[in-house]
Order: sequence, then C-alpha cells, then structure tokens
Amino acid sequence: MSETQKAPDRRNFVTKVASIVVGGLISVVAPVAGLLTFLDPLRRKSDTRGLVRITSLASLPENGEPRKFPVLDTLVDAWNKTENVPVGSVYVQKTGPDTVRVLNSVCPHLGCSVGYRATTQGYFCPCHKSAFAIDGSIADPKSPSPRAMDELTAEVRDGEVWVRFQNFRKGSPDKIAV
Amino acid sequence: MADTSNSPSEPGSKLQQAERWLDNRTGFKGLLHEVLFENVPGGSRWRYVWGSTLSFFFVVQVITGTFLWMSYSPSTQSAWESVYFIQHQMWGGWFLRGLHHFVAQAMTVLLVLHLMQVIIDGAYKAPREVNYWFGVVLLLLILALSLTGYLLPWDQNGYWSTAVSTNLVGMSPIVGQAAQTVVVGGANYGHQTLSRFLALHAGVIPGVIILFIVGHVYLFRRHGITPAKPLKGPDEGFWPEQILKDVVACLAVLLVVLFFVVREHGAPLGAPADPAEQFSAARPEWYFLFLFQMLKYFPGKTEIIGAIILPTLLLLTLAAMPIIGKWRLGHRFNLGFMGVMLGGVVLLTWQAMAADKNDVEFQAAKATAKRDAARAVELANGGVPITGALSLMRDDAYTRGPRIFSQNCSSCHRFDGHDGLGSPLPKDSISGSDLKGFGSREWVRGFLHADTILTSRYWGGTIHAEGDMAMWLADHAPEDEDEQAMRENVVLALSYQAKLRSQSALDVRDSARIASGIAFMRNTSSGCAECHKFQDVGTDSPELTDWGSREWTIAFVADPTHPRFFGRDNDRMPSFGTEKTLSQREIEMVVDWLRGEWHTPKATAAKP
Repeated sequence: MSETQKAPDRRNFVTKVASIVVGGLISVVAPVAGLLTFLDPLRRKSDTRGLVRITSLASLPENGEPRKFPVLDTLVDAWNKTENVPVGSVYVQKTGPDTVRVLNSVCPHLGCSVGYRATTQGYFCPCHKSAFAIDGSIADPKSPSPRAMDELTAEVRDGEVWVRFQNFRKGSPDKIAV
Repeated sequence: MADTSNSPSEPGSKLQQAERWLDNRTGFKGLLHEVLFENVPGGSRWRYVWGSTLSFFFVVQVITGTFLWMSYSPSTQSAWESVYFIQHQMWGGWFLRGLHHFVAQAMTVLLVLHLMQVIIDGAYKAPREVNYWFGVVLLLLILALSLTGYLLPWDQNGYWSTAVSTNLVGMSPIVGQAAQTVVVGGANYGHQTLSRFLALHAGVIPGVIILFIVGHVYLFRRHGITPAKPLKGPDEGFWPEQILKDVVACLAVLLVVLFFVVREHGAPLGAPADPAEQFSAARPEWYFLFLFQMLKYFPGKTEIIGAIILPTLLLLTLAAMPIIGKWRLGHRFNLGFMGVMLGGVVLLTWQAMAADKNDVEFQAAKATAKRDAARAVELANGGVPITGALSLMRDDAYTRGPRIFSQNCSSCHRFDGHDGLGSPLPKDSISGSDLKGFGSREWVRGFLHADTILTSRYWGGTIHAEGDMAMWLADHAPEDEDEQAMRENVVLALSYQAKLRSQSALDVRDSARIASGIAFMRNTSSGCAECHKFQDVGTDSPELTDWGSREWTIAFVADPTHPRFFGRDNDRMPSFGTEKTLSQREIEMVVDWLRGEWHTPKATAAKP
C-alpha cells in the first residue's frame, strides 16, 4: 500500500482511522432508520377479540354434523378499521341440547383451509392430506399435522352461538395463540 | 477446501489466506486499489467534496426510499393513509420519512454547489464535455425525482402542486397533451397516477440515475480531477486524505439534515387530497419557487414563455457551456451567466416568499391547511374506513363546519369577526349576528341587553333592530340589583336551553338560579311567555323551548320562516334546508361546529 503514499506514516494512520470512523458513523444512520420501521411488525401484538356471534343454535343439525360459518367482526388492518367483515371461518357442531364445539377451519399444520367430508364424517386438509376426526382430533397417525384442529372457546346464550375467535401458531405441537 | 491457487504453502494468517483466495477469484484488490488510489494533484481540498457527498446521499435516498416503499401503498384510498401510518404509527417511521424528505432537499443544494464548482474551475472544458453533459442530465433526473416524490403522500399540497406541474407539461407544444395524459395515467388524477409516479420515482428514474452515475464516475476517473490552480501542495491520494474530507463534509450535511428532521418531527403531511376542496396554500417545494414566481411575470398567452421557453433556453445554455467555453471570453461568459442565473433564482425565490408572507389570505389558507392536517391525523387515529381518510374529513364538523359557514353564512354573519376560516370580511357586508359562542351565557348576556343588541354583533344590521324584542329590552332595562340578578337568571335559563356540552357543569352548578330564570320566562304577564311560546305557555314565535339547542338550531337553519321561528318576521335569512341549499348533514356539521361539539374518535388503530 505504501508505494503511493508520500505523507508521513503517523499522520496517515490518523487520517485513515478518522475516515473509517466518520464514514462508519454516517453510513449507519439510513439503514438503522429503515430497519426500525422494517421491524415494526415485531412489536405489534395481534388484537384480542371479544365474543363474536356466529349463528343461532337452531340452524345447526341435531345429529352433530358440523356447519361452516364465516366469523364477521371488526378488522383492523394497519390503518384501516372495518366493521363486520370476515376475519376467518369456523366449523360449529351441536354436541348437546345447549352445547357446541367450535373448530377454527384452518389446518394447524401449515394453514390451509380444512374441508369437511360427510362420507368419512371427518375433516380433511387438501394441501398435505391431514385427516381429522369429527371432534377435530388427528384421525390418521400419518397426518403431517402436529396437533388436533384448534378448538375455540364458545358459549351458547339465549339460543345464539358466541365464539372467541383466535388463530394459533402453525406447525407447532402446542396450541399457541398468535 | 481444495485451493487451486498458489497459496497453500504461503505464510500468513487465516485472514490473509482468505483474502488471497478471494482476490485470486475476483481481483477485488486491484479494483479497490483502482477506486481508492486515485491521485489528487495538488493534494486533497474541500472544494472537491461535492461529487462524493452527492453519491453518498443518493445511496442514503435509495436505502430510505426502499424501506419507505415497503410500507407505502399507492392508491387514492391508501396512499395518504399508509404515509400517515408510517409517520404516526410505525416505529421510527417519522425519522425515516424525515430523513428521506430533508436529504432530498439537501441534495438539491449540493447539486447547485457541485455545478458551481465545476463551472468555476472550468471542469467542463475539453476533454470533459461528455462528463459535464452526464452531470446536467443527472441534475434533471434528480429534479424529476423530487417532482414525482412530492405527489406520493397524496396530501393536499402534493395533489394541487402536481396538478400544476403536470398541466405545465400539457402546455408544451405538439406532444404536451398526450404526454400529460400518459404521465397522469388518464384524464384525471387517481390510482393510475400514483402507481405510475411510484414506478417512476422508485424504479425508472433511480435506475437511469445509477447508469448515469456509473458513466459520470467512469469518465471522471478517465480524465482525473480538474485541479483548482494554483496547486496548494504536493499530490495526495484519494484514500485517505480526500476521503476524510468527503466523509466530514457528508457528516456536516447529515447533521444539518438531522437537525431539521428532529425539529420538524419527520416530514410534513397535509390533509388527504380532496379534488373538491380548494387549496389556496398550494406551493411547490422551495427550490421550485423561482419557477413558480417566474410564471407571474408572463400573464395570459405569454405564459408559455415563462413556463417552457425560458427554462428550456436556460437549460440549453447550461448544456452549451463546454462549447461556449472554447471562445476567447467563453469561460468568463459562462461564469457571468451562472452568476446572473443564480442571482435571478435567489431574487425570484425571495420575491415568492415575500409575497406569500404579506398575503393575508395565503397565511389564512396556510393556517387552515395546518389545522386540517392535524385534524386528519386525529381522525385517522381512530381507524380509517376503506373509503379512505378523505371520507372522514368530508364528514367532520370541525373542519367542514367553518367551510360551510364561510361559503353560505358569512355573506351576512361572522364568526368572531371573520368568515369562519380566519379571513376578514368587509365591514359593510355585515348584517346578521356574530355566531361565535351562539347560545352561550356570554352570547345571551350581550343579546339580552338594550344597548348591545343594537350593535352589529347582534341585531344592529337587521330589521329586528326595530322589532318588538329590541323595544322590550329598551323598556325593561333592569333598574335595581334585584332586577339585575333576575336578568342574569334569565340569561342563565335561556342559555341552559341550548344544552351546550361545554356549559353542562355550570348548568348543574347554577340549577337554582336557572329554575328562578325559567319561572320568570314562564310568566305570561311580564316574562318571556308574554310573547314567546315557552314550554307549555305563551304563543308567539320564536319558540324558546330548547332555544339554541342542537335540534332547535338545525331546524332553524333549515327553515327560519317556519312558524316555530321567525315566521313572516324573518329578515333575509334563507331556508337552507327546505330550499335544499345545504344537505341535512351539512347543516348538522355547521351547527356542531358553532356549538364546538364535534366528534373526535378514540385512538384505536392498530396500536401496539
């Protein structure tokens, strides 16, 4: 390196260090500002919903066969806030005179939409062929899904079905709310 | 790893070995050497820093712009909203926006300094002509960036300023109209305008700029620096002497930028663009103000001279400098031309600023714009409907109310002496009462007074000045303390009818006095009910039950000629509702604004 340098070495060293320090200093400002906004989603918690009315108990078959319903609630999407729009869907089945079971219709494996098959009386995910029994438990041990379908907290009030709608982390054996 | 180079037996640390391995395959050391060890004849100097600072800040713009792009959504219902979200909701979003905004301004200044240094040092002369032309193209491209970026937040200022600049494009001969339609993406400004401007601003123009910068730097290195004579000392290397000066200059500019970013808390964001809302505060960025001002000197058909011909001539002269410079006095001409041009720009900019500063209407419009901008953020904090923030603004009593008042009421009424938006009104235009604080105790107190009711603040300019009410007040001036107290009780009782939210605590506190006042009002022989209908007593109008309340006032504005109000005694007040001059919602908004009762949503939008 030294062949092009004519200035005394010591001064040269100080100049180099100063250049690198100042250059480094000015170079971090823009990336840091950008990274803060880029990482902003990490500090946002998902909104926790209250109970949402899904349907009336009378609309469910007496034999316990599930019916799929959209969940209509307030959707907050970045700056937008929209009332009464679909935020997901659930399977609801009658399990007693005033009890229901409510399953999130999304597969716990990788998030595909799970269908109900009346012929097998169970749920089946078309993406990776996870099979679930009518109560949401894993029906086929070869199913790639690490856990049963996600059951949601539900209540029957005055003949109406109310659900606390939630999504859970996919691909994990544990049911962790997101 | 199987190393095919000659290095396995060579000594040195692992790092040196890795360096050699990489250099054998890429030749990066030679490249680095090429980049860093440019000879600087006569040693490093501060006057050479401008090119480097421009390159540095261009990179800053690419970085900040890319991150902004990740959060920006180009459509008329989401552009302002996403920028609002960046500025007011995202972590450090205001800082990112501010940096991008103020670095853009700094670059404009740096461009001028760079150009000045090049012209003064004669660096445009042979063999560097092509490089100079590259620079002129880069100057135009950077200005194009600033023009396209100004629209993207889709706020009032960006919208109306861009309308002007694109209409100027439309004025250009032959292809102007077609060019405007293509750039705008249609006859009107909308989704297509935003997506096109974003593609230009974030993709096309920066891409072309990078090509030109590569060419510019390549040619610069090919010909070397143009040393400013006399040389000040021995040659130095670009690394590290000149680089140190370059980075220190960058740091200095960055510090100035950061000062503005922090002081302004990011970049300005006006109220969302509204094609139906006059925006008298529209101005281009300060560095385009000279063009804006120049237009004023070319009225009517001569406009094209100021808008297109003159700027084109200036630009052509700028581009021709290398050729002019060859003449005997060419360089001197160039220097003189640059001086005159810069002086002209400074003068025009100063004129534009001074004109605005002394323009009362512009200042009022600016204050309104500032208030609207703050209000838009307040409303958006409660969550924006999918129809966009503009629909919140159109339904907002706080900002719509004064506009409706200014357009429909201020030809007779005033609000605190002005037209509702802060503009003064001609004295002779006043006939109706000043409606600031209508229904409040203070307002009623002045009204129920024999002298003040005859001032222009109340009924001085109306036929009611000679009516029964004014006569009654003149005949019944309170004569002793008891009568004074009773009059005050009536003031409280009548004002209580208005049910102003701002007065609710006072109304509760003074309930005993109000009850006494109401008893007087109900007296059909000597109280208000002698004439007025009040609750279940009295017969005549205007009715005093709930006088001045929201419902009463809305019904009054809708039809003051209704028997409940002035009936046939109505002076000149139009029936805004029954004549369909104003919609029900518009009347509600102006009344809510007069009452100071507008809805402000709770901040809920996606707070972390």
